Amino acid sequence: MRRFLRPGHDPVRERLKRDLFQFNKTVEHGFPHQPSALGYSPFLRLMAIGTRSGAIKLYGAPGVEFMGLHEENNTVMQIHFIPDQCQLVTLLDDNSLHLWSLKQHSGTSELREEHRFTLKGPPGSPPSATQVTAVLPHSSREVLYLGTESGNIFLVELPSFRVLEDRTITSEAVQQRVPEDYCNRRSCELVEALREHPKNPDQILIGYSRGLIVLWDLQNNKVTHHFLGSQQLENLYWQRDGSKFISCHYDGSYTQWPVSSDNRQPEPLENVVPYGPFPCKAISKIYWQTTKNGLPYIIFQGGMPRASYGDRHSISVVHGSQQTAFDFTSRVIDFFIIFSSEPTAEFDDPSAMVVLAEEELVVIDLKTPGWPAVHPPYLASLHCSAITCSHHVSNIPLKLWERIISAGSKQNIHYSNMPWPIDGGTNVAPDPPQRDLLLTGHEDGTVRFWDASGVCLHLLYKLSTVRVFLTDADPNDNMNALGEDEWPPLRKVGTFDPYSDDPRLGIQKIYLCKYSGYLAVAGTAGQVLVMELNDEDAEHVVDHAEADLLQDQEGYRWKGHEKLKTRDGPVRFEAGFQPFVLVQCQPPAVVTSLALHSEWKLVAFGTSHGFGLFDHQQKRLVFVKCTLHPSDQLALEGPLSRVKSLKKSLRQSFRRIRRSRVSSRKRRGASGNASEVQEANAKFDQEALQEMELAPVQRKIEARSAEDSFTGFVRTLYFADTFLRDSSRHCPSLWAGTNGGTVYAFCLRVPPAERRMDEPVRAEQAKEIQLMHRAPVVGILVLDGRSTPLPEPLEVAHDLSKSPDMQGSHQLLVVSEEQFKVFTLPKVSSKLKLKLTALEGCRVRKVTVANFGSCKTEDYSENDLAVLTNLGDIQIISLPFLKLQIRYPCIRKEDVSGIASCVFTKYGQGFYLISPSEFERFSLSTKWLVEPRCIVDIPEVISNNHMHNKSGMENAARKS
Amino acid sequence: MNRPHRGATGSRGLSTMEVKSKFGAEFRRFSLERSKPGKFEEFYGLLQHVHKIPNVDVLVGYTDIHGDLLPINNDDNYHKAVSTANPLLRIFLQRKEDADYSAFGTDTMTRKKNVLSNVLRPDNHKKKPHIVISMPQDFRPVSSIIDVDILPETHRRVRLYKYGTDKPLGFYIRDGSSVRVTPHGLEKVPGIFISRLVPGGLAQSTGLLAVNDEVLEVNGIEVSGKSLDQVTDMMIANSRNLIITVRPANQRNNVVRNSRTSGSSGQSTESSLPSSTPNILANFLQGEEESDEEDIVIEDSGEPQQIPRATPTSQSLESLTQIELHESTQNGFLPSNEMNLNHSAGSISMEYEVQDPEHKSLEEDGTIITL
Repeated sequence: MRRFLRPGHDPVRERLKRDLFQFNKTVEHGFPHQPSALGYSPFLRLMAIGTRSGAIKLYGAPGVEFMGLHEENNTVMQIHFIPDQCQLVTLLDDNSLHLWSLKQHSGTSELREEHRFTLKGPPGSPPSATQVTAVLPHSSREVLYLGTESGNIFLVELPSFRVLEDRTITSEAVQQRVPEDYCNRRSCELVEALREHPKNPDQILIGYSRGLIVLWDLQNNKVTHHFLGSQQLENLYWQRDGSKFISCHYDGSYTQWPVSSDNRQPEPLENVVPYGPFPCKAISKIYWQTTKNGLPYIIFQGGMPRASYGDRHSISVVHGSQQTAFDFTSRVIDFFIIFSSEPTAEFDDPSAMVVLAEEELVVIDLKTPGWPAVHPPYLASLHCSAITCSHHVSNIPLKLWERIISAGSKQNIHYSNMPWPIDGGTNVAPDPPQRDLLLTGHEDGTVRFWDASGVCLHLLYKLSTVRVFLTDADPNDNMNALGEDEWPPLRKVGTFDPYSDDPRLGIQKIYLCKYSGYLAVAGTAGQVLVMELNDEDAEHVVDHAEADLLQDQEGYRWKGHEKLKTRDGPVRFEAGFQPFVLVQCQPPAVVTSLALHSEWKLVAFGTSHGFGLFDHQQKRLVFVKCTLHPSDQLALEGPLSRVKSLKKSLRQSFRRIRRSRVSSRKRRGASGNASEVQEANAKFDQEALQEMELAPVQRKIEARSAEDSFTGFVRTLYFADTFLRDSSRHCPSLWAGTNGGTVYAFCLRVPPAERRMDEPVRAEQAKEIQLMHRAPVVGILVLDGRSTPLPEPLEVAHDLSKSPDMQGSHQLLVVSEEQFKVFTLPKVSSKLKLKLTALEGCRVRKVTVANFGSCKTEDYSENDLAVLTNLGDIQIISLPFLKLQIRYPCIRKEDVSGIASCVFTKYGQGFYLISPSEFERFSLSTKWLVEPRCIVDIPEVISNNHMHNKSGMENAARKS
Repeated sequence: MNRPHRGATGSRGLSTMEVKSKFGAEFRRFSLERSKPGKFEEFYGLLQHVHKIPNVDVLVGYTDIHGDLLPINNDDNYHKAVSTANPLLRIFLQRKEDADYSAFGTDTMTRKKNVLSNVLRPDNHKKKPHIVISMPQDFRPVSSIIDVDILPETHRRVRLYKYGTDKPLGFYIRDGSSVRVTPHGLEKVPGIFISRLVPGGLAQSTGLLAVNDEVLEVNGIEVSGKSLDQVTDMMIANSRNLIITVRPANQRNNVVRNSRTSGSSGQSTESSLPSSTPNILANFLQGEEESDEEDIVIEDSGEPQQIPRATPTSQSLESLTQIELHESTQNGFLPSNEMNLNHSAGSISMEYEVQDPEHKSLEEDGTIITL
């Protein structure tokens, strides 16, 4: 009742709260969802990525990143940096143009939108008249050339976006001197490409979609050259010296054209169909890069033979006799080449190719023979296989950190050693305060270890559990097994691979002990693996034990998936975490909770049927406990797997398609196509959705009962050394909480170290608590005599935590989805509670103890509960008095997968997925903030070229 | 023990009725003529006389056939008590100054012993001050309409008692919209509505809720601005003592405030609270609920127990021992051991009650064990 008497605002506490808590979304990790445009500034050495949701992200040196969001949330179609400026222009699919600037503000640079503009035609003109198709920021930095669908090219002044109407280049003016028979065929063409002459800023090359290319003189406002292409044009590229340019076409060909003053209407020098003679797909973009040794690099996107390789997403690099068609895992959005941008340099000398595909960023080192890929320091594809769970470990000891890095470096030998080529800007953020690991479990049975200390989420090491099992994956199914004379010379690049061989391999729970290097992972088919870090390769047999969680329950039949088959005999494991024991739950239901105690050498695991405790030192099952209600048929039969069956069958069909693509390379007209399947699938989903909407949404109001389904589902497991039986002796204990609001406590007897191998670990049930509200138990925690949560195993042994207070009385905190309750120990009597659902209608989804330090005083810190609710709010609740401190809206409540994916760190930060490929990082703490802080300086550029540009423009302006 | 009364020496049997009256630890037995019970005043005098407490003001209560303790304070309920008594009329007397009104009629047979202990240990209830303005009436607090006097006539506050019954709550809710009069004219606003009643459920069998009633509050908390899922969660979280304020779809059956009669069953103890805002109501309900919902712990001894409050009241239960032995068996209560779990120690009993005086600290201030 007192809770409702408005708590007198304690000004001291209020001030302290301000010093402790503050909510910020700090940085987005991973790969942008649905990228739609790419831009690069050789001057700033910054790359920009636009997305379908209107976000624009700039990346430079590791740690240098900026983000902006267009208000319209429309797809970004094109991004163009203004030459030699900290500015860029974006074109959205609503035909609006936006000017963004990087401005310095209190020591860091910020990305801001300065102006927006939409090209307007004369009244009554069709919308296509002003639909922008090509954008050219002129090197004078004063005008933008906007090619449109109507074929007219408009000039707008920067930064005001004022249209210079008298200087519009109309298609009529361009076509004046074009031969009549050519002209007649091609009226009303859209502008496909605009390219400024590399040496003479007064000339621009204009390419129209039907094939006509003209060189336009800005000073005299007239065409100087006509190039009469016969194929539908895709793109243009100037050679560095301006004596030639290259055009690429819809039919998969490219053509070189000479530019000289004596021939105003030259014939093409060369017309090549690189993957002919059969019909080919379009070449949509092409680069011609000169080198010192004379052999140019010709790099083009697409052009594959339409029938047999039309579905590939390729970019081909041709250099003399070397030719490779890089085969990407998803559609190529755009790419650029990093080459020497010094105006005085004679050759391009390309160093790297940067390719933005739909699902990942791939950088190819063009300097090193074999053209290896470069390991990107950021923009990691978190979703190369779908993320199924995450686990965060703060403050990793240096030793473990180095061992993980060394294991990871052995996996990365095929990467190039080239330093990251996109290195603009300066990272001025302080060094991360500690080493943090984020572990993600994936559907394909892998665990990825990410360096989550700073702004760049960087892959350190990848662990695969697949080796332990026999899967139906064909070991000879190697995508890159191409013979010498294969044509086209395809080479798979990238890591994105959403097709899981077997969904049962999926990782569901991860627990890493940072002090001992023990790792436990558990998966979809009831497999629990305990691993140890080994710095060397090793071959050994994985011990295998079964835990029958249905022990005495007779006459039930599991209708879910089978357990995974294990490999017999010794298995070779690479350096890193190597499994030494596998505990298989029976029935093989998905593992729903996992706890590891590295000091006691025990691992506990739970499923929808019950839980068990395994001694991984003696490799012996200590006990199992069935939590299943006898009438709970649903949990018995394993409906979870039945729900997934559609997904599974789809996945299998994808896999089949992918195989057939590889094996039946010569077979024409393969039976299916991934995009068709996807389309059909989307259509099916939509129909199902509509059907669902027809039924009125109703919710049943009923009290929970013991007979409800899935009450036995084990939600949380917790080890604690506490007073379970009497207040004089403490002992190791295992706590388990179920979906039905039951808490089980087991008293454990772990033999002392010297007899650890000789005597068995014993367990005995000591307590069983039934919460009357029967809500799922999502967290269990024991507070010591000082009301501090008990330390992690081995934390005290490593001098990283004070020993817990074993003198005062301990308290038990049980967090259910609806309430927080504190009980006394060893006699369980209720002490305090905080009701959440009854009063606010929200439920606890995630809860963690977090340590909050004050930003004002060094020595003050306190432990609180960080709670995420099903409405996406984050609440901070004090310990041990369970007072709500503060509440922040964080995730949209509709974003169910975002809420489900959230992990908190020990120091008041957190991560959640904002798309399958991106983690949003947030901070609740004033003290622990990881956010980008960086500066982009305008490099000093004083070159004759620009002086020349300026005067040229002035002349042009005067004339017009 | 039998004392002749009013010269009723004639035939025993149908015409006379045995009365057993208890005051403190003392019993008196006498008989009454069933056909001529007389007036309440006379009966009251008789009780004072047989207990030899002529100047003590007492409250008179009796246990009805359901085992509920109901008051006798006027001719009507006196006659009712006499006519329904079969075969014995059990009377309980309490001193008026330390009477516990909440003991009356609180629940069904299974709790009878606690009811008794209430009567016997009035000091056990100091922590729960009930402000009583009027005398409790003859009613049984099952699901009911409450707070009639403080709500607008178009609204109805309904309390669904889940405990003491096996019936499901038995209703569904949905999203919808209602038309409101606002300063800007009529406006459609989203709301939550009852969409379906389960036949035989509490909602349907009590007739307190109807399809298309708009839900306005759940346990004193307004639902406007909350989603269907939120309201669902709130209702389920409060399902043991669910109080819903609705705007009935059918406004013709509204309680007309001024014509309230003294025996109206549309009243509860809450209605006599000096409360006028939903907020205070929520406080009250919250406070009351504290005792309603207690968890159970099974220690390794295997005895399921209710989890006590950490600050025990340490009340003496000595008076409990004075309960006649047959009372407890009559209650028909036995701790059930039906659900045998794997662990031999673990047998949960949801309807467990304290029987052993050793478990003193388990007694709660509320004594009403609601499971």
